[in-house]
Amino acid sequence: MKHSGKTSRRHVLQIGAAAIGGGLLAQQKTLAAETPGKLGEPLGPYGDRSPFEKAVRWRRESKTPETGSSFTPLQDSVGTLTPSSLHYERHHAGIPTIDPSRHRLVIHGMVDRPLSLSVAEIRRLPSVTRTMVLECGGNSGSEWAASTGPDVQRSYGLVSCSEWTGVLLSLLLAEAGVRPGASWVIAEGADACRMERSIPLAKAMDDILVAYGQNGEALRPAQGYPLRLRIPGWEGNTNVKWLHSLKVTDQPYMARDETSKYSDLMPDGKARIFTYQMEAKSVITFPSGGQTLPGPGPYELTGLAWSGLGRIERVEVTTDGGRTWVPAQLQEPRLPMAFTRFRLPWRFDGRETVIASRATDESGYIQPSREALIAVRGTNSNYHFNGMKFWKVRADGTVSNVEA
Amino acid sequence: MWRHSALVLVLASAIPLAAQSPRFGVGRPPTPEEIRDLGAAIAPDGGGLPEGSGTVAAGREVFAAECSRCHGPKAEGDVGPVLVGGQGTLRTARPLKTVGSFWPYATTLWDYINRAMPFDKPGLLKPPQVYAVVAYILNLNGIIGDAAVMDAQSLPKVRMPNRDGFVADPRPDVGKK
Repeated sequence: MKHSGKTSRRHVLQIGAAAIGGGLLAQQKTLAAETPGKLGEPLGPYGDRSPFEKAVRWRRESKTPETGSSFTPLQDSVGTLTPSSLHYERHHAGIPTIDPSRHRLVIHGMVDRPLSLSVAEIRRLPSVTRTMVLECGGNSGSEWAASTGPDVQRSYGLVSCSEWTGVLLSLLLAEAGVRPGASWVIAEGADACRMERSIPLAKAMDDILVAYGQNGEALRPAQGYPLRLRIPGWEGNTNVKWLHSLKVTDQPYMARDETSKYSDLMPDGKARIFTYQMEAKSVITFPSGGQTLPGPGPYELTGLAWSGLGRIERVEVTTDGGRTWVPAQLQEPRLPMAFTRFRLPWRFDGRETVIASRATDESGYIQPSREALIAVRGTNSNYHFNGMKFWKVRADGTVSNVEA
Repeated sequence: MWRHSALVLVLASAIPLAAQSPRFGVGRPPTPEEIRDLGAAIAPDGGGLPEGSGTVAAGREVFAAECSRCHGPKAEGDVGPVLVGGQGTLRTARPLKTVGSFWPYATTLWDYINRAMPFDKPGLLKPPQVYAVVAYILNLNGIIGDAAVMDAQSLPKVRMPNRDGFVADPRPDVGKK
């Protein structure tokens, strides 16, 4: 070879590229000899992803774009964290623009010392970092009526996993001094609608975070900048964003979002209220609806499992429509209430089949089938759907929901 | 003299400290402006309701001016949800959950309208207007009469049709081995 080490490497790369293009060897020889190297982009202050990466959140068209949900593209996810930029969103009155130097968190009600705290003061206090899932109470809600979600994003995408940093709410409440007889905390956000939820004091004194950090930086505005509640294992709506008020009381306030919304209507006409915890759930993200396998052969089947009750202990996968189930490999470390990535080597033999996963958590809870859920709860409960998702892989390699 | 100076110093530092938290010395008492900026959180027993009152007739006018463009002239729903009807449907295959058929407390209606409505101008309505529009919506649902007046005393006494329609979370009901 006449080339220096550097051009030699470029030469090899171009051979690779030409081989992919097919039969362009003669042309690439000319390029290697005559094209000088080209400098890349300069260093930048804040990173962007590659322009070739196209994964985005999905949302329904709406006349009121300030309210609604956007769904995380789980089919494009790798590993166990969701980038902050792709974290699912659920807003009720738009995303407020808040100057942290002017934002205060007021703790009042049944406390000895009502406190108004600045963000800087909260950031000075002893902090906690924890990786955990946030899942909307309404995630997969459309699956109650029929398992017709066309892809994993639109049917299971109101869930994301981040590393969160903040101060324990119990520390702040102790500083304010909770009075005897108090039993609830009414949390309120500084968004235009002043979203409010009632939180039992026992949970508030346990493991709730007043978070200011997500994935190594400040919260994104859409995730509650500069302060939000992060309640391990509980439905997303209780994790009040843009937090500016914590009122300690002796009763729940029966807010709109805990009575008319996020309550589960049963076949007998009664509705379950304060159904906070998100039970164990999993879904295969590859292969999943909307994807196409290029042909028969070996694949790594993979997906995500999580539980608001704790750690994922087991994920079983069926690749024959539910006749047999085999344990998948689980990515370590398995953190409680966080995404656990599961994987299973699988050979697609070119014949139509149905695949699904089911998770078991450390409490022994086993993710149920949609049919088992409906047998008890009917189809009008709207929220807290954690049934298994079955994908149909057709002979031509296309993947869809089983009802398509 | 030094003693006196020391005493002054102690007092000067003790005054702000008394307002701060005991362990980490953060925060101060909230100002009246900061409290006013928070949403008025209304308890189901009426705690937090302000002075003022509103009639069904006044509420009809407020609704026409500020609510009907999203909820429809008769609260039948449009961009915003339907606010009337549905009583007796919760056990059927097609339940219609509205203020009248589903909401357990009338105080929630006051709390929510005051903090979150109108959708594009939350906080616009003054307390008498909120009482009035609450009265109108309750009247549309047949829960209070045409002559009813809503205020901090009467509103918590309104008995909503689905007041006893909620039960505690019994899970795990499915999936537990």
